[in-house]
Amino acid sequence: MSRGLRAAMRPYIAAFASRFLQMLQYRTAALAGFATQCWWGGIKVMVFAAFYGGTAVAGASSPMSLAQAITYTWLAQGMLVLMPWMGDPEVGQAVRTGAVAYDRLRPVDAYALWFARSAGWIAARLLPRVALMAAFAAVALPLAGLGDWAWQLPASVAAGAAFLLSAGLALLLSTAMVMLLNVAATAALNERGINAVATPVVIVLSGNLLPLALLPDAWQTALRVQPLAGLMDIPARLYFGQLSGWHAAGGLGLQCFWIAVLVALGRLAMGRTMRNLQVQGG
Amino acid sequence: MGAFPLFLRLVRASVGGQARYPASALLLTVGQFLGTGIEMVAVWALFHRFGSVQGWHIGEVALFYGLVNCMFAIADALGRGFDVLGTEFLRTGAFDRLLLRPRPLALQLMGHDFRLSRLGRLLQGMAVLVFATHQAPIAWTPATVAVALFALVGGIALFLGILVLQGTLAFWTVESLEIANVLTYGGVQAAQYPLALYANWFRRVLTFVVPLACVAYYPALAILGKPDPLGAPAWMGEVSPLAGFVFLAAAFGAWRLGLRRYASTGS
Repeated sequence: MSRGLRAAMRPYIAAFASRFLQMLQYRTAALAGFATQCWWGGIKVMVFAAFYGGTAVAGASSPMSLAQAITYTWLAQGMLVLMPWMGDPEVGQAVRTGAVAYDRLRPVDAYALWFARSAGWIAARLLPRVALMAAFAAVALPLAGLGDWAWQLPASVAAGAAFLLSAGLALLLSTAMVMLLNVAATAALNERGINAVATPVVIVLSGNLLPLALLPDAWQTALRVQPLAGLMDIPARLYFGQLSGWHAAGGLGLQCFWIAVLVALGRLAMGRTMRNLQVQGG
Repeated sequence: MGAFPLFLRLVRASVGGQARYPASALLLTVGQFLGTGIEMVAVWALFHRFGSVQGWHIGEVALFYGLVNCMFAIADALGRGFDVLGTEFLRTGAFDRLLLRPRPLALQLMGHDFRLSRLGRLLQGMAVLVFATHQAPIAWTPATVAVALFALVGGIALFLGILVLQGTLAFWTVESLEIANVLTYGGVQAAQYPLALYANWFRRVLTFVVPLACVAYYPALAILGKPDPLGAPAWMGEVSPLAGFVFLAAAFGAWRLGLRRYASTGS
């Protein structure tokens, strides 16, 4: 990395790091979230086991095996905070209190600054929860004799590597969506209504509710190309080795494409909102 | 002013306040409707792919689902004061003001922030009940309606009891802990499917510890006229909702213990 580029990136890296370290302090919230997700995951696993176990044909008519559906469930619970169902609360607060004016005065790119902060906000909540979930579902469950319900390893080393790369892209994609929500919150001054409507859409279309492959076959084409699939569905398909070779590259490419589109949209919307922004408070 | 008119007045004041922001209230209600409705998408998609599960069909499962959501919607609107007790009352010291008023404490908390948006979940639950009626099909006779209403009231008591316990916990922690969501939202999630699907230990938890099965599963069996695959007697569903009231009474017992321990934060 050239020195000029590094100097240009410094404020954004600092913004990411400070928000990351700040959010890591909320350990009780992480533990409470983890407990909730274990319970949720456990119920889903039992429901899957019942549906799959009912008949011999059930397994055949399904595009994924029970073991995969269970691993998917734990993966989706661990990566829950990747779901962009609300804007960064700090941005919403800055808009309400008028602190947003300080951000406008800084000699840096406002979009990139918020992007870096929001990415730090997501990453700091993501990593501890994934680690806890892996410890619970991949290590503790098999030790407790519940190996059938455990989180299995990826299909191969290559699949695991592709998954990690894809999860990184999912973080960027999620941040790009959170940025759109941030801008919407800025324009509306109130983020609660927007979050309330965004949540259900995100949960279904990302594959967090159910693996997208288990939704009706007739919808599959549309489900696979829409941007929210890049948050959970594409990383999971790579994990199971269902996408390999050129298909894997295609999945990663699709994620990159949607990141580019959403960042462009976000910059445009932010520029427009900021021109009309009236700073609140004194 | 008597206790009940006071409660009604508190509710009216709270609803009136929300009506001042009609767009926000409407969006939140629509959000609740959609947000709680997506679970039904999961149920529907699973039945669409697998046909049936252990002899259960979608209409029957929709009955559990609709009943549980109606119960929780009402209890959640009533129990908001207990839900936010830690952050909004104990931390700020506003709880002292409630204690000074010569009116029942529980009533004041139940009237606090009666949220209109819970109507979204209620409507969604009712829509699913209509779907269940057509799909199962369910014959609504005076007897089955009575069982359903009894289950509904018992369920409201049970969920309110969970919220009261959550508030009680705040006497020790002085903050509202997300962990209670395991029993509220997680309870709704668990009670949406037939009890027979679950592992044995989990069935016992749902029957004897947090008796969600007593307010949803057994009454629904009685309404459907379906024998319990686990072998519970047929009259079970007609009396089991009582467990919800027992739970609520126990929760208020714990509440009184916590209250005795309460010391103002002094802020």
